[in-house]
Formats: sequence, structure tokens, C-alpha cells
Amino acid sequence: MTISIDPQKTNNESLQPKGWLRYFSFSLDHKVIGIQYLVCGFLFYLIGGTLASAIRIELASPMSDFMPRDVYNQVLTLHGTIMIFLWIVPVVNGAFGNYLIPFYVGARDMAFPRLNAVAFWLIPPSGLMLVASYFVEGAAQAGWTAYPPLSITTPQSGQIIWILSVLLLGGSSIFGGINFIATIIKLRRPGLKLMQLPMYCWAMLGTSLLVVLSTPVLAGTLILLSFDIIANTGFFNPVLGGNVVVYQHLFWFYSHPAVYIMVLPAFGLVSEILPVHARKPLFGYTTMVFSIMGIVVLGLVVWAHHMFTSGTPPWMRLFFTIATAFIAVPTGIKFFNWVATLWGGKISINSAMLFSCGFIINFVFGGITGVALAQVPFDIHVHDTYFVVAHFHYIVYGGTVFIIFSSIYHWFPKVTGRILNEKLGILHFIITFIGFNLCFAPQHWLGLNGMPRRVAEYDPQFQFVNQISSLGALLMAISTIPFLINVFLSVRNGKNAGDNPWNALTPEWLTSSPPPVENWEGEAPLVEEPYGYGKEIS
Amino acid sequence: MLNKNFYLILIISLVFAISFWIGFNVNLLPAEASINAPIYDELFKILFIIGLIIFIGMTIAVTYSLFKFRKRNDQIGDGIALEGNLSLEIVWTIIPSIIVLLIGLYSYNIYDRMGGMKELNHNHEMMSSNTEKIWAGISQTSDNEIAINNLSIEVSAMQFAFLFNYPKGNFISGELHVPVDQKVSMKMESKDVIHAFWVPEFRIKQDIIPGQPTILNFTPTKVGKYPIICAELCGPYHGGMRASIIVEEESDYNEWFNKNKKSEVNL
Amino acid sequence: MTTLDSSKEIQKNNSEVNETHEDFRMFGLITFLIADGMTFAGFFAAYLTYKAVNPLPDGAIYELELPIPTLNTILLLVSSATFHKAGKALLKDKNSDSQKWLFFTAFLGIIFLICQLFEYFHLPFGLTDNLFASTFYALTGFHGLHVTLGTLMILIIAWQSRINGGRLTSQNMFPLEAVELYWHFVDGIWVVLFIILYLL
Ligand code: HEA
Ligand code: HEA
Ligand code: CUA
Ligand SMILES: [Cu+2]
Repeated sequence: MTISIDPQKTNNESLQPKGWLRYFSFSLDHKVIGIQYLVCGFLFYLIGGTLASAIRIELASPMSDFMPRDVYNQVLTLHGTIMIFLWIVPVVNGAFGNYLIPFYVGARDMAFPRLNAVAFWLIPPSGLMLVASYFVEGAAQAGWTAYPPLSITTPQSGQIIWILSVLLLGGSSIFGGINFIATIIKLRRPGLKLMQLPMYCWAMLGTSLLVVLSTPVLAGTLILLSFDIIANTGFFNPVLGGNVVVYQHLFWFYSHPAVYIMVLPAFGLVSEILPVHARKPLFGYTTMVFSIMGIVVLGLVVWAHHMFTSGTPPWMRLFFTIATAFIAVPTGIKFFNWVATLWGGKISINSAMLFSCGFIINFVFGGITGVALAQVPFDIHVHDTYFVVAHFHYIVYGGTVFIIFSSIYHWFPKVTGRILNEKLGILHFIITFIGFNLCFAPQHWLGLNGMPRRVAEYDPQFQFVNQISSLGALLMAISTIPFLINVFLSVRNGKNAGDNPWNALTPEWLTSSPPPVENWEGEAPLVEEPYGYGKEIS
Repeated sequence: MLNKNFYLILIISLVFAISFWIGFNVNLLPAEASINAPIYDELFKILFIIGLIIFIGMTIAVTYSLFKFRKRNDQIGDGIALEGNLSLEIVWTIIPSIIVLLIGLYSYNIYDRMGGMKELNHNHEMMSSNTEKIWAGISQTSDNEIAINNLSIEVSAMQFAFLFNYPKGNFISGELHVPVDQKVSMKMESKDVIHAFWVPEFRIKQDIIPGQPTILNFTPTKVGKYPIICAELCGPYHGGMRASIIVEEESDYNEWFNKNKKSEVNL
Repeated sequence: MTTLDSSKEIQKNNSEVNETHEDFRMFGLITFLIADGMTFAGFFAAYLTYKAVNPLPDGAIYELELPIPTLNTILLLVSSATFHKAGKALLKDKNSDSQKWLFFTAFLGIIFLICQLFEYFHLPFGLTDNLFASTFYALTGFHGLHVTLGTLMILIIAWQSRINGGRLTSQNMFPLEAVELYWHFVDGIWVVLFIILYLL
């Protein structure tokens, strides 16, 4: 079989370290980069989760007794920032995107391999810098939203480091986004039509559009904020005539789309996983594509729903209420389509499937509280309370993190050639599902009844419910143990998977597992029907 | 013979019944102590019921398919090659659109009844003038409604306390005393960072922003003592930034007011 | 069902594609410029909001003189034209002409920056004087940074288009085209900035 390999690249390849060492190198291989993203992200998840555990320990009693109050604020700021910018965004975009997109478009690598490696290698230093800022003069303590004037008046070094590292992470995300757009649009295998792409490609296309359009605005805003802090300008400093609400507009212009940056790729991943394990085609491919694009467009024009109690005029509140609530429509289409995908299938109930179904249930719950929050009169009571905390953990944890686990169970055989242990996997799911709901469901009640967020101390009447929540968090921490054991055991000794353990039809399974360096011995297959289950197999 | 449709209808009506029952019988909210509160609770009830119907419905659909369509041991091969169904997809585009639109209109109505869509007015003789821009808030006072007996209070917030200025009595209090069943109109401004004024029992919240005064109007309806909570992260002691609002009978209020006022202010 | 279609042309190795299809590097650059444009859009939005809702304190000075920025606008527009000439020349294999035009473009860019600095030093307000001043410096400064970067890149490709041993030829136009697109983008932003900041 003739494979055309560019001689220059082969040289590069032979210079690269082999074996596990290559995961610590400036590798240009999209599969290596994908794994780098995943492992790096997971380590930061453990750090962010440790911080979350600290939060829940502090909140197990009404007094501020576990850590000083300003440390509590640093912990919650780091928790939010790490979980969003170093765990969810890099993993659902960077890790799975890098690993899967080249397979899906039938390419041997991403469009810009070097840019890709640079984008990844921006992450560990900025993450470490962020964590290390705690030991300098205290980390940032104005929340992950860093609203001025608070962020201007708290100790400067921590806030500046926070800005710097979020800027770098934003840059990494933009580079990644450019790369994904170019790969999906320009690097498709000849003959592969856009409407034949697996759904994850569409999700990543939509996500990358959001990244490219909104992340730069965050970068600009944070640059202005840093001027306020170090150069004494007054953009957001009311003492110098600045306007604090402008910051909020600019910040949420990025950070609302950011929530779809965190969830659209997960929508894509679940669209890959469900058809395989239900042995049915993805229901309503075309409407799925349109609903992704609908979410992208709507997602750009709803940001002010985070500011209903700030200084916004009434007409603005009204517009943003309607626009926000309408996101339920394209999102709903996707959920109904997934249920229809399950309907009438031959479903294997395994860890990947369970986590995906857990995702559907949790996300619908979080989405419904989201639609409630979108109603101005409703939000006026619960804004900045634990109701909001519960809403977004239902989505980011119950949604995205569940899908990350589901995807790990699904693609582990692809990456390693071995299957994760199912018993441990199901145990992992059960503990996670129970712990998660125990932790976050009671928080809705807390918010409705008067517990604001970001507090280290609270009224004694909330103690019992907070303790239930902390117990749930403990279960979630415990649930990582079977998962980690499973991964460590299965990497070496797991059951041999063969090339295609799930009999899947998407292109990444049509090569050996683990795949060769340039993805295919020979040419890339043309997969016209990535979801052609149930059609007579010749 | 009972057919499939019968079971479908049965399940749907059960979901509705359960959701309505929970919606009407489970109370998740604190006491109602302002005119806003019952209006808010009405909205909450509707949202809660619709939310429950959708959530329970989806959960049943997912768990049912997991059980019904799970692969038995002897089975091989794939499920049916169903790739879509246009009319079904149109149905589940249109129904949520209608629900969302109705919810939107309804909550607009609620917001209007709360006074959120009214012009922002602060009835205060000493208000600096029109040059000052009022930014946001909830108003229950329309122009012609401004009554003399409206109680005007000026709130200033700082790390980490609220101060309530009663211009008519020319004094400042750390506790907010208001007479029951009377419209209170507050103009709020912060001295340092952003804070927020929240009384859960009143179902109102408004940010207090430095450099940009905001308005908050409300009418308490129940005598009692309620917490005022700062809801916007404002520094290490944000969690301790509390005050109390004391709603009392008019006579008790007047007594308190007369005890505290510094000088007669002529109107 | 899956079709393993071997009759279709082989998807070439990636770096090879890099060499043959210039357009997708261009595509990446355009995407990047859209992102960059969004940063400016954010700044403009902030500026316009400030202008609409935040009145300047009494006695704040905010007059801007028009002559220098007008000259600067003309400089940039002309430089866009000269850059275009450089591209045309290279296409016709007239490397030395191309190089001359490039140096001339870079020269115009440098004059622009000098004028900008001159304006900075003669303005009656400083960076932290008031909101208007801060936003003015942030916007023009961020743009100036882009011009600086652009000028440096022009100098680099001018060096690369030298006759003996230069990388830039009519067969390898990509670096020149990329910098040219970037330069037009920076010009375009300046025109918007000029209108919003100086004329409005
Ligand atoms: C991945 C992250 C993610 C996602 C996807 C979402 C999705 C949504 N969010 Fe959420 N949100 C956050 C993360 C996310 N959010 C975070 C982090 C915050 C807090 C930030 C902070 O302050 O720190 C927040 C805060 C937040 C607020 C501000 C609350 C406040 O501070 O006062 C609001 C208000 O409108 C809101 C609304 C919504 C809505 C309407 C959706 C919709 O997209 C949901 C749509 C989905 C569904 C509705 C379910 C499926 C649909 C059906 C089954 C169809 C039928 C349904 C109906 C007809 C209702 N969110
Ligand atoms: C985006 C993703 C994300 C994720 C996954 C999580 C996960 C969790 N979050 Fe997170 N959270 C946010 C995003 C996220 N959070 C954001 C954005 C905020 C707002 C911040 C702000 O207000 O600015 C927030 C705020 C927030 C609060 C509110 C704080 C406050 O307002 O005062 C709470 C409180 O309960 C909380 C709890 C948790 C818990 C218990 C988990 C759990 O799910 C975590 C479970 C994981 C573990 C427990 C890890 C297990 C590992 C170990 C225990 C360590 C073992 C160590 C080694 C082996 C080395 N979070
Ligand atoms: Cu004041 Cu929080
Ligand atoms: Cu949002």
C-alpha cells in the first residue's frame, strides 16, 4: 500500500520521543495532543475538585471556621476559574476535538499542527501560575466573574496573575478554535460532504465560531481591567468616573457564549455515543445541525440575563428574557431527538450509555431552572443565590462532566486498545449520580429561602440542608476512586478490545485501535453514513 | 382491548396530575411579606408545574426506553433504521416555542404588576435634580401616583454595612423600620464596591452600585422582622453583611420615628 | 453502510497539503482577523457606551485636533495601495520592484507611528485624566501596536523578497499575501477608529 509521507515530517517524527515520553513533548500528532489535553485537564479537575471539597467542608457548619473568609473567596474564585478554563473548556474542546475531528473529516492531522501544539502548551504554565498565585500574596478573590470595583480593590498581585492566566487560556482557546474551523471546513477528505459529517464536527464548528467571536472581547475587557489595576485608569472605576456596568456587559458577552462553549461539544459527543450503543441512526440529523446553529446565534444575544439586577433598563430586560428563553427551543429539539434515538433501539446498558442518559436527565433539570432564571421577575429573587449555583452545576457537572466520563468509557478502547471494567464503571456511575443529586438538588431550596452564594457563613437554619449537600460532595469525591482505579488497572490489564469493540460506524473506528501515527494505513475511508445502523450489513 | 394510545394518555395525565399536585402542595418559598411576594409566588407555581411536567416526562421517556429497548442476551443486530420523522420534529419545535412564548408573556405581565416596567421615579423632595441619572430598579410609583405619604429612604451601602437615611427625620439608622401597608421608595447608592439589597420575604433584589444610583420600591404587608441580605460578592465579610428590616404597625413606626428624628423638617 | 471507496483520490499527507493549498492558511488567517476584529469591536462598544451614558466631569479637556489623524488616514490608505503594488510586482517576478514598494510601505507605516507619537505628546490630556482620555489611548494604542507589528512583518518580507536567495517568489506568495491582508485589515480598523473617535 502506498502512503505518501512527506519526508520532512518523517524526520520530525523520528526526532520525537517514543512511548509515554511523547506525552511530555512538543508533539505535533493530534492524538497525542488530545491525550495531553485530557490528562492535563483531569489533573486540574482534581485540583478544582479538592477546592470544591474545601468549600463544602467550610459550608458544613454555619460559622466561618474552616478557613479565613478571604481564603474562602480565593478558593471559590480558583474553583470556578479552574473548573471552567482548565477542565471543561480544554477537555470538551481541546481533548476530544483534537482526538476525533481529524478522524471525522478524514484527515491525517489538524490543519495547523504547530499552532495546535502551541495552543496546548499555553495551558499548563498558565494553570500552574494561577494555582501558584495563592502562595504569592493570595490568589484572586473577586469570584470568577471578577467584577470591578471589587477586583480593583482586592490585593493586586493575585488579580493580575488571574487576568494574565485567563488571557493565555483565552488565547489557547482562540488558536484551537481557528484550527478546528479550518480543519472542518478545509481539510475534509475529498468526496465527504458537510451533511455527512458526524454531529460532533458540527458541534465543534458552532463552538469554534463562538470562541472566535466572543473570546477576543473577554481578552480586550481583561486588558482594560488590568489597566485599571496597574495603570490607574478609570474604565471600570467609579471613583475615576468609570462605569462598572460596562464591564459586566463586556464580560458576559463572552461568558454567556462560554457556557455554550462548555456544552455544545458535549451535545456533539452524546450524539456520537447514543447511536452506537442504541444501535440506531441518530434521529433527525438535519434538525440537529440547525439547532446547533440556532443555539450559536441565540447564544450571542442573551448575555444580559446575568445582569437583571444590575443597572439595565426595562426594555433590555424584556428583550433578554425572551431571547434567553427561546434557547430552550433548539436545545429541546436536540433532547427530544436523543430520546427518539433511544426509542426502538437495542440498547446496551453500559457505563457510557448510563452516563449519557444521566446527562440527559440532569441537563433537562438544569435547563428548566435556566428557563425559569431567564424570567426577570423570577430572577430578581434568586439572582446570586444558591439557586443559581444549583442551576449551573446541574448543567456543567450533571451535563458536561457526565458526558466527559461517558466519552472516556466510550473512547478508551480506541486510545488504548483495552476496555474499561464495566462493573467498576457502573459503580462509578451510581455513586456519581447519587452524590451529584444529593449535593446540588437541595441547593435550589437554599437559594429560594435566602442563602446567597459566595458566603463562608450562613444562617443556622440552613445547616441541615447544607450538610446534606456536603455529604453529596463527599460521595462525588469518593466516586473518583473507582474511576481512577479502573483507568490505572485497565490501561495495562484491561480486556483486549480489538479494533472496534462497539461495532461502531463512525470513521475513527475504521482503523486499528490504538490508531497508527497518521491515522490510517493507506487512505482514509469515505464514510457517507456515520449513523447507518440497522441498514442491512452486507 | 386497551391499546397503546390509552397507556400514553394515561401516563401523560398522570404526569400532569402529579406535577399539579406537587406544584400546589409543596411550598419551597419563605413567608410572603410584601405585595410583590404573592405575585411572585404565582409565577413560581406556574414555572414549577411546567418544569415538573417536562422534567418528569423526559425522565420517564429515558428510563422507559432504557428498560423497554435494552438489548437482551439473545439479541444481535441493530435497532430499526429510523433516521427522523419530520412531522414529529415539527411538533417538538412548535410546542416548546409556544410554551416559551406563553411563559414570556406571562412573566412580562407579572413583572409589570410588580412595577418593573414603570418609569423609575423616586419621590423625594431633596433629590439632587434631573441631572442625576437613575439607573435601574423596581418602581411601583407612576408619576400621578406619587403620594405625599410615600416613605422615602436613602440607602447607602459600604463594606460591610447598610445605612438607612430618613431625610424627613434627618437621621440615619442601621435598621430599616417601615410601617406596614405603605409604599416605601428607596434610592440606593454604594460608597465602594457593588452590593445588593435583598429581602427574601419580599422577593425583591436590586444591586447597589457605586456611582450609579438605583431605585427600589416596595410595599410590606406583614408585620415582622426580616433579614436584609447583601447578595453581591463585596469582599471577605460579604457573608456577614446583613441588616434587618422591621415592618411594624403605623403607630409603632411613628413612635420609633419620633424618638429618632433629629429636627423638624418643614415640608 | 460504510463505503470504503478506494477510487477516490488519496487524502494527502498534511504538510504536503500545506504546501499545495495556500488558501487554507489564508482561511486560518481570516478567521484570526475576525477574532482580532472582535477585540476592537469590544473596545468600540465600550467607547460608544461611555460616550452615551457617562458625561465627562466638568472642566475635562477632550478636544482632538484633526490635521494629524487626517494625515495618518491618508498615509495608511496610500500604504495599502503601495502594498498592493508590491504584490503585483512580485507576481510578475519583478522582485526588486516588489522590494522597493514594500520598503516604501514600511516607511509609510513608520511615519504613521511617528505622527501618532507626536500627537500623543501634544495632546492636552494624559492616560489617566478621564474616561475619554483612557479610552482614546487604549484604542489608538492597541491599534498602534497592530501597526508596529505590521511594519515589522513588512520589513521581514521585504528582506525575504531580495533577489538572491530570497524565499519570496511568484511561486511562494503566501507570506506577502498574508501580511498584505493583515495590513489592509489594520487600515480598515483605522478608518473605523478615525470616524468613531475623531469625527463623531
Ligand atoms: C454549560 C453551562 C450552561 C448552560 C448550557 C446553561 C444554559 C442555560 N442557562 Fe445558565 N448559567 C451557567 C451555565 C450554563 N447555563 C452558569 C455557569 C451560570 C452562572 C454564572 C455566574 O453568575 O457565576 C448561569 C446562570 C444563568 C442565568 C443567570 C442567573 C443569575 O445569575 O441570576 C440565567 C438566566 O437567565 C441562565 C439561563 C440559562 C438558560 C435559559 C439556559 C438554556 O440554554 C437551557 C436550555 C435547556 C433546556 C430548557 C432543557 C431542554 C429542553 C427541553 C426538554 C424542551 C422543553 C423545555 C421548555 C419548553 C422549557 N443561566
Ligand atoms: C465548570 C465546572 C464546575 C464543576 C465541575 C464544579 C464542581 C463542583 N462544584 Fe462548583 N463552581 C463552578 C464550576 C464548577 N463546579 C463555578 C463556575 C462556580 C462559581 C464560582 C464563583 O462564584 O466565582 C462554582 C461554585 C461552587 C460553589 C459555590 C461557592 C459559593 O458560592 O460560595 C459550590 C458550593 O457547594 C461548589 C461546589 C462544587 C462541588 C461540590 C463540585 C464537585 O462536583 C466536585 C467533584 C470533584 C471532586 C470532589 C474531585 C475529587 C478529587 C479529590 C477529592 C482530590 C483527590 C486528590 C488527589 C488524588 C490528588 N461550586
Ligand atoms: Cu456587600 Cu456583599
Ligand atoms: Cu448565561
